[in-house]
Amino acid sequence: MISVSINGKVRQFDNSITIATLLEQMQLTGKRIALELNGEILPRGQFNQQLLADGDQLEIVVAVGGG
Amino acid sequence: MNKDTLLIAGKSYNSRLLIGTGKYKDFTETQAAVEASGAEIITIAIRRSNIGQNPNEPNLLDILPPSKYTLLPNTAGCYSADDAVRTLRLARELLDGHSLVKLEVLGDPQSLYPNVVETLAAARTLVADGFQVMVYTSDDPIIAKQLEDIGCVAIMPLASLIGSGMGILNPWNLQLIMDRVQVPVIVDAGVGTASDAAIAMELGCHGVLMNTAIAAAQQPVLMASAMKLAVEAGRMAFLAGRMPKKLYSATPSSPTSGLIS
Repeated sequence: MISVSINGKVRQFDNSITIATLLEQMQLTGKRIALELNGEILPRGQFNQQLLADGDQLEIVVAVGGG
Repeated sequence: MNKDTLLIAGKSYNSRLLIGTGKYKDFTETQAAVEASGAEIITIAIRRSNIGQNPNEPNLLDILPPSKYTLLPNTAGCYSADDAVRTLRLARELLDGHSLVKLEVLGDPQSLYPNVVETLAAARTLVADGFQVMVYTSDDPIIAKQLEDIGCVAIMPLASLIGSGMGILNPWNLQLIMDRVQVPVIVDAGVGTASDAAIAMELGCHGVLMNTAIAAAQQPVLMASAMKLAVEAGRMAFLAGRMPKKLYSATPSSPTSGLIS
């Protein structure tokens, strides 16, 4: 069991999964998002390889209206 | 005469009105206001995505495609240089390497006044990292010059507080900034209605950035049109050069001879 913080919410997973699988579970595959893993940008091209690890901190962002 | 365009970081824009996309009723209204304004540079904010709780959430980038507009991601809500830099790195990834950004580091949530110390620090980091930084700042001409020296591509002083609609309260400070910096000076914050935008342009500012003045109008789309015309009119008046102000006019507009007796 691993614990991962995603946008400030802690989620638990049985096994280590890839970022791509995580995004699929959250129905975010193919959406216009950007992702930061432990304070560093994770390029889209790495979503398929990058495995989540216990204690990871993820920020997933989108564009919204703003001035 | 050459076409009068706004040149930012080597790219020309026909519109000198830049608008934000916050506070609209819905994306339909946002899109209509953007269209009516004629703006080419549109600011957006970066926020946490839903993480599965709202899978059909509409996406702003679908109605404002980066292929049609120059999207200017901002750092609204950031109170430290570190947060602002992180936000813009995420924005660059989100927008496929787009490097033109709006930096704003706020000082407190009551005034939304800029924290210029953190702003300077963030600007240094961002410029070194290859960003083209348009920077929201105070109307301090010394700070404005320092931001230009760091390499910012536009200086964007407030004319009054963000969202206040108080208008151009600092024309002399704006003039001091324009006298000192070579890059475009764009009034960012404070405009309340069309005449405010015209005043900023008549002063010689290179552009005006606004959000609330349009979004919080009773009819935002109509106000967007008004702002487009005001910015154009103000710019033309600046280029035309206004007549000198005189307390008394000793030169009538009509002939002084040929009067009937």
